[in-house]
Amino acid sequence: MNRILSMAQTEFRIALRNRWVSVAVAMMVVFALVLSAAGSAPTGALGADRLSVVVASLTSLAVYLVPLVALLMSFDAVAGEVERGTLPLLLTYPLHRAEVLLGKLAAHLLVLTIAVVAGYGLAGLAAWVMDERSVAGLPALWRLTWSSVVLGAVFLGAGYALSSLSRRPSGAAGLAIGLWLGAIVLYDLGLLAALVADNGGTFTTEVFPWAMLANPADAFRLYNLAASEAASAAAGLSGAANTIPAWQALISLALWPLVALVLAIAAFRKVSP
Amino acid sequence: MLTLSHLTKRFDGVQALTDVSLGVAPGERVALLGHNGAGKSTLMKIVLGLIPFTSGAVEVLGAAPGSAQAREGVAYLPESAAFHPALSGREQISHYLRLRGRPAHEAQGLLDRVGLGHAADRRIGTYSKGMRQRVGLAQALIGTPRLMVLDEPTSGLDPVSRRDFYAILDELAAEGAAILLSSHALTEVEARTDRMVILSKGHLVAEGSMSELRTKADLPLRIVVTPSALPCSKTTLLKAFAGAEVHGEQIVVSCAQSDKLASLSKITALADRVADIDLQPPSLEDIYTHFSKRAGQ
Repeated sequence: MNRILSMAQTEFRIALRNRWVSVAVAMMVVFALVLSAAGSAPTGALGADRLSVVVASLTSLAVYLVPLVALLMSFDAVAGEVERGTLPLLLTYPLHRAEVLLGKLAAHLLVLTIAVVAGYGLAGLAAWVMDERSVAGLPALWRLTWSSVVLGAVFLGAGYALSSLSRRPSGAAGLAIGLWLGAIVLYDLGLLAALVADNGGTFTTEVFPWAMLANPADAFRLYNLAASEAASAAAGLSGAANTIPAWQALISLALWPLVALVLAIAAFRKVSP
Repeated sequence: MLTLSHLTKRFDGVQALTDVSLGVAPGERVALLGHNGAGKSTLMKIVLGLIPFTSGAVEVLGAAPGSAQAREGVAYLPESAAFHPALSGREQISHYLRLRGRPAHEAQGLLDRVGLGHAADRRIGTYSKGMRQRVGLAQALIGTPRLMVLDEPTSGLDPVSRRDFYAILDELAAEGAAILLSSHALTEVEARTDRMVILSKGHLVAEGSMSELRTKADLPLRIVVTPSALPCSKTTLLKAFAGAEVHGEQIVVSCAQSDKLASLSKITALADRVADIDLQPPSLEDIYTHFSKRAGQ
């Protein structure tokens, strides 16, 4: 345990010095504020409080931004150590390879949590200043916060796995971008195209719900929108997936970080320094 | 402390190490010599448990290489030690201390010991190569390692730092640590280790102390003779020593170790023809080249 804490402390210090903390916080804050400013127009007298509406837009933002930040922090974790030549020495110390990754994961999760809390917190504050009924949206904001951290954990683990597989930072960066494009952007586009082509057939009823649950980013979006009262503010795929209950999305979201971590440890074990 | 028997390692068809047997006892300092690619680093990585081996047996501190028990007591200094540039020397050493379950405040003492106490709070990114090497040495001194594996530990160190480095090694060996180090600097290794092991293309070609290797190699001794001012001194000497070579004004006589005295008395018999003589025993480089070449054939 002390060894994991020491790894985490050192990694957090490096993240702080490398300005990863400030970059992640700045990104989340800027995007969250822009969204809450832009999202103020359509609410009017719809009935929903302002914060619930902001949470719905933040969910769509988090689906893109949280995995991106997580992959940016993690792609270098193993490949960077290999390139700097620091890995062989570390592996002669009496600690397990899993402990190395757990330490890094703890530090990177902390960075991500700080960024998410700063961004969402400011957006929540702005909503509350403009509409006092926003207190009603606090549970949704809390749900969004912790599920964003869980989503981040999935992509941190995936980033470590890619980093271990490629062993060179440039290769790992390419794989990370590829994963982000594939899992976040192209996956949904593909599903949408399939839905349109299928036109309400067996794919829509049998395969599509599972396909949504199989992707952690979609499960994250489903969970937050299904649980939120502002689900009506959502559009596109999530609208089509209204039939999937929130608890199923929650299970998917809970399992993915473990799967990603197991994959990362398996890939890291194969790295020979 | 360390026992290798009939160790063989193949990398995708390339024979990196062939049937290497070697032991290092507590308190013993053993130098591993060999060209680049002779298999020194491969051997060390196997001892550390970083890479698997093909056949043979390796025992480190009575356990398998890379096992928890072995890693507990083994310290490693990699060739050109590297660290994260954003950390300070103190932070890096404190981290390594905690990984070995020791209190972080011992960092200052370790850094002082390797002469880095004044730079402890500067980032490693600003250190020179020699300073980074000393951070590497400081982490290798954590706790009381029972086996130290040092890959070219003195590369990048200036002569004074090298002397300090070997003084620290002597202390550790006196406390009972077994030390296996590789080096290219033959002369310093000769004076500072108990035994030398020469690797060539993955084969162990020679092993022993300096004087044992000298006897085994049995390389000829060179006697450099400066002829006197008397007329025809040089021709007279060349006549007396049939195989001698001419190097400018001097002639060089090669003789086997066993003929040393006979050759010298022959020279003294011609004392009026000789202005000066200089004896050159085979250098460590000559002996090293002899063993490395022999294996190559």
